[in-house]
Amino acid sequence: MTEVLVLVEHDDGTVKKVTHELLTLARSLGEPSAVVVGPGADAALASLAEYGATTVYAVDGDGAADHPVTPKVAALQAVLAQTQAGALLVASGPSGKEVAARLAVRTSSGILTDAVAVHDGFVAEQSVFGGSTVVQSTVTRGTPIITVRPNSTPAEPAPADAKRVDIPLALSDADRSATITERVAQERTGRPDLTEAAIVVSGGRGVGSAENFSVIEALADSLGAAVGASRAATDAGWYPHQFQVGQTGKTVSPQLYVANGISGAIQHRAGMQTSKTIVAVNKDDEAPIFDLVDFGVVGDLHQVLPQLTAEVTKRKG
Amino acid sequence: MKIVVCVKQVPDSWAEKKLNPSDNTLDRDSADAVVNELDEYGIEEALQIQERLGGPDSCSVTVLSMGPDKAAETVRKGLQMGADDGVHVADDALHGSDAVATSLVLAAAIERLAPDLVILGSESTDARMSVVPAMVAERLGRPMLTFANKVELDGTTVRTHRVTDYGYDVVEAALPALVSVVEKTNEPRYPSFKGIMAAKKKPLETLSLADLGVSADDVGLAGSWSSVAEFATRPPRQKGTIVKDEGEGGVQLADFLAGQKFI
Repeated sequence: MTEVLVLVEHDDGTVKKVTHELLTLARSLGEPSAVVVGPGADAALASLAEYGATTVYAVDGDGAADHPVTPKVAALQAVLAQTQAGALLVASGPSGKEVAARLAVRTSSGILTDAVAVHDGFVAEQSVFGGSTVVQSTVTRGTPIITVRPNSTPAEPAPADAKRVDIPLALSDADRSATITERVAQERTGRPDLTEAAIVVSGGRGVGSAENFSVIEALADSLGAAVGASRAATDAGWYPHQFQVGQTGKTVSPQLYVANGISGAIQHRAGMQTSKTIVAVNKDDEAPIFDLVDFGVVGDLHQVLPQLTAEVTKRKG
Repeated sequence: MKIVVCVKQVPDSWAEKKLNPSDNTLDRDSADAVVNELDEYGIEEALQIQERLGGPDSCSVTVLSMGPDKAAETVRKGLQMGADDGVHVADDALHGSDAVATSLVLAAAIERLAPDLVILGSESTDARMSVVPAMVAERLGRPMLTFANKVELDGTTVRTHRVTDYGYDVVEAALPALVSVVEKTNEPRYPSFKGIMAAKKKPLETLSLADLGVSADDVGLAGSWSSVAEFATRPPRQKGTIVKDEGEGGVQLADFLAGQKFI
């Protein structure tokens, strides 16, 4: 069977949910192998095997953590050179796409980004123009490099015996030319990552102030969701920019998207339109967001959301 | 110091976009064209660096764009904002170029201009692939500092804050280097009346593929490494249930979520 490589997203060996999704997807296309770059392969191995990885390539060495993205590019190039892989799957996020982009040029391979599904023959399905058009694309040269959006495939375990193959990391001078001198971590919220969360609760102009975002956060916490914000809310300084959902912010594709006080301008829709189920609360019954929703409430979010939060908490008991 | 800013002309975000049924490329005539929003942050960043370094005598800003004839408007907008000169790569053979082919052309143009610093927007609002900056850097073999929301120059060192999921990384490199900027790096200026008048006299050079030594076989639809096999327009989502809150809106929404097994 064709070997299908998956670049593992991990924090020191703690494997992210999107990697389990990609391994599940890879199983439908061929024989899944995982590539772990940097320290953490020992800790990651069991989790990767649980989701069906038959081989785990552990690529580590000098400089693996000192440079942005280039160590991953060099590692994947080394793995591709010693396998006959049919394709490489990478999580579609800013870093993943940057790795994929460089690797495509370095290995003379075509690249497809933001796939929402991958079909036989490595045909990538993409949703473009704010979800209005569905495109089927293929790579015509080299090994297909496909970045896949989180939440595209539900992760399902399928335990396998993962064989570990260690490969030393070799970085060129160009790979070392940009250096990370400091990592600044903002306070962890304890909520799931916005781009891979199964449920996202977002607030917009209708929230009214930074303080009022506590209403959004309370609902998110009752549902175990990530918090997002529209551009109107981040422009006003009510919520940090890294939580912005939309054309110039993050793209999310959760199982459930809850839009609160968000009118649903195309700017915003471009970042959330592929969500599976969409619900909205807005005072304006003519807000364009209501054209997208499965269920909408016309009303004041400051009344509706606390009631919803209490109801969710009660029913979850 | 010489700075080159790469800009792309894109269909207006608000316009309805569609693909050409004949060759599966973007129908660029069907929508109003504007400067890619994130590239305006790039132009602004370059102009602010120029100001800090003492103006055009000590630092020049060149706007570079690849695209059909009307993409010259995008270069002109950069000149109106305050850039010193512009370069427009236009060639019929470029039609249908994918990101890989685009990066080849931009890298060749950058080699020719030989800048100390290249600034790009981190993605375009039409294709939204966000891969061209990294591909250009890979081709040039120069340091790349992506997703910057803060850019500092310190002699021959460039230092940025690279936005991450958990905060930011401080990243630095020696010039010549490339930087891609995100939204909220700065506040792009509007062209002044004086700027609009002055732009008419600023040099705008048009280059062909032959000028750059790039073969037509390596660009366009034929030179691309990926292709759109087919596309379909999705019917609009079916309109869902809308209720007016009469005091029980939160409970009704909870009922819906419970029915969908989210609670």
